Amino acid sequence: MTLASYDPRVLKSNAPVPGAPDNWKRFFSFNTDAKVIGIQYITVAIFFLLIGGLLAMIMRGELITPENDLVDRTVYNGLYTMHGTIMLFMFIFPVLNGLNNLLIPTMIGAPDMAFPRLNAVAFWLVPIFGVILISSFLLPGGPANSGWWSYPPVSTQNPLGNLVSGEGMWLTAVALSGVSSIMGAVNFVTTIIRMRAPGMTFFRMPIFIWTAWAAQSLQLIGLPALTGGAIMLLFDLVVGTSFFQPEGGGDPVLYQHFFWFYSHPAVYVIILPVFGIFSELFSAHSRKPLFGYAFVALASFAIVFLGLIVWVHHFFPSGVPEWMRNLFMVTTMLISVPTGVKVFAWLATIWGGKLRLNTPMLFSLGGLFNFVFAGVTGIMLATVPIDIHVNNTYFVVGHFHYVIYGAAVMGIYAAIYHWFPKFTGRMYYEGLGKLHFFLTFIGTNLNFFPMHPLGLMGMPRRVSSYDPEFTFWNVVASLGSFLLGVSIIPFLINMISSWVRGPQAPQNPWNAIGLEWLLPSPPPAENFEENVPTVISGPYGYGTGKPLVENQSAYENQSLLEA
Amino acid sequence: MESTGNQHNQGMHANHNLTGFIIFLCSESVIFLAFFSGYALLKLNALDWLPHGVEGLEWQTPLINTFVLVSSSGTIYLAERQMARHNVWGFRGWWLATMALGGYFLWGQAVEWSGLKFGFTSGTFGGTFYLLTGFHGLHVLTGVLLMALMLGKSFIPNNYKGGEQGIQATSLFWHFVDVIWIILFVLIYVWQRS
Repeated sequence: MTLASYDPRVLKSNAPVPGAPDNWKRFFSFNTDAKVIGIQYITVAIFFLLIGGLLAMIMRGELITPENDLVDRTVYNGLYTMHGTIMLFMFIFPVLNGLNNLLIPTMIGAPDMAFPRLNAVAFWLVPIFGVILISSFLLPGGPANSGWWSYPPVSTQNPLGNLVSGEGMWLTAVALSGVSSIMGAVNFVTTIIRMRAPGMTFFRMPIFIWTAWAAQSLQLIGLPALTGGAIMLLFDLVVGTSFFQPEGGGDPVLYQHFFWFYSHPAVYVIILPVFGIFSELFSAHSRKPLFGYAFVALASFAIVFLGLIVWVHHFFPSGVPEWMRNLFMVTTMLISVPTGVKVFAWLATIWGGKLRLNTPMLFSLGGLFNFVFAGVTGIMLATVPIDIHVNNTYFVVGHFHYVIYGAAVMGIYAAIYHWFPKFTGRMYYEGLGKLHFFLTFIGTNLNFFPMHPLGLMGMPRRVSSYDPEFTFWNVVASLGSFLLGVSIIPFLINMISSWVRGPQAPQNPWNAIGLEWLLPSPPPAENFEENVPTVISGPYGYGTGKPLVENQSAYENQSLLEA
Repeated sequence: MESTGNQHNQGMHANHNLTGFIIFLCSESVIFLAFFSGYALLKLNALDWLPHGVEGLEWQTPLINTFVLVSSSGTIYLAERQMARHNVWGFRGWWLATMALGGYFLWGQAVEWSGLKFGFTSGTFGGTFYLLTGFHGLHVLTGVLLMALMLGKSFIPNNYKGGEQGIQATSLFWHFVDVIWIILFVLIYVWQRS
């Protein structure tokens, strides 16, 4: 694996190539290069995906029979708490930050992030709070077990009375995750605002940049509220204040407001970049310009605005006043308008296009299918009477797993396959990729669809035993979860083997439009360095023949070398 | 030619710092917003807001503290003006005065805390009082430490080419802390009746 096998431009600059598999040691160092950090984020996140998935499979193993026979009930409580926490704070946010690190600088033509050292610190916090969270399994009282939302008064019980409790470790880890995300968000937003290539006006930015910007703005507005709530909860737990303790005049519902003021927008932090990925991929693999670019771009910020004023729909039954229920029902339904704008724009983009059904496109199409399904159940849940009926049942669990796994994770897989050749310089194996897609798509639907009938029948979430009438759908869901567990195997084999000895990737394997595709594969450390191209048109000129940048052929022929 | 390019880069980078810092402050203000709204909500819904034996909060000392902090926003502005005129010693004088006022504020806060008859476990009244004043005090302390850092940097020769951004950011932070205090003073000391 010598550098000689890479692009001549890379060879000339004589600098290490961030995404190349040679010299793997730099991925374990405090490296400030955004492309190294991006790969670090994604790798660590997938490691935690395996842990979170294992916990989920233990739970599904417990639920394959109605009796409580595999794990202790307290252990079960710890399992679902840690599953949710790991998947959100240690898998999905880090993996998206990894994509942001890879894509934001290359897509806007910046050499790196605005604050490279801050970027590295933000990344290294992830393994630190990951270890803190995972090590809480070793405590005498076990890990936190009050659910990933940690509502008081359950979360402030601390029955063993130890100073170091699972809940305390959980709060510390979540607070550190918040610090890391804020560092990341400040960095991403500053980079997007200040470091775009010449000529790249806001309305020439790729949709992924729009959505990343929107999502990171939500982090900046929402996360401090969760941090505030977490600090108050930690004080309640450790030093005996009574912010959320009714016996001391406190209000447990106040915590729910703090928690969901962030954690609802967090859903959009997750799904907005995936909307960006869909927009990029549908356009590139349908060979058509994105339909309604400006509307898709602005809909991102409409979602930011509306996403901040829907949080109460998470606790309609928690004794919130009638006017609040009505208000938040309306705002929740309104948010389907900008989301619908995007969905129809994608459909119109695909319509009549020359579709290439390769792995990234299959994952995008599958993700879109699951997202529409989740959107339909989302509208149902927004309705107060239905929500109160199915609150805390498997219907809700099914709904958000369709969003998070069905749409977001499949979109993330699509992005990984789509940009893998760019950042590693290697092609993945298409057959394994397709196998991964079919296993994932079937597994997702087999696992999460049965939760809807279960919820409507009245099966509550977070229980380790249930009435035998629920057995059939639970067995189906459990089989689906094991299939999902299997589906990760071809993915891992594909990623590792093709990164180490896959075929060389060309500069632009998809004939896609975008600044990142004008760079060699893998891009050199400083991307374009001094030769940043001047953008002269919008980002999705497929079939229009319009060049994206001035002197485009020079970049395509890589005659930059002589310049 | 090369040096101008370099300077241009430096200027751009410094601008990033200020942009990033402003974005961070916007985000930081939300945590105070969360605490303030939590405080207001708990106070409005409380049956017995004040714990037993507590009549209310004495407001004269905090009022003096308020004047001190507001005037320190003036002195830091004067320090920045001196810097703009490249009068480094004038800058250091006003900067030191600001630090002294900040230090006085912290001392006044400590004196007030030590004279109180309630602790942070005295219901939500005590909890929110110490949370808000303590969290704000932490920001004042951070501001004073940042100023000390900038003062130290001012003695490094030739540190002003693009170095004013640190001063601008500190000053911005200080005004932010000041505004937060005014809101906090109104919420806690002026609005005594629930």
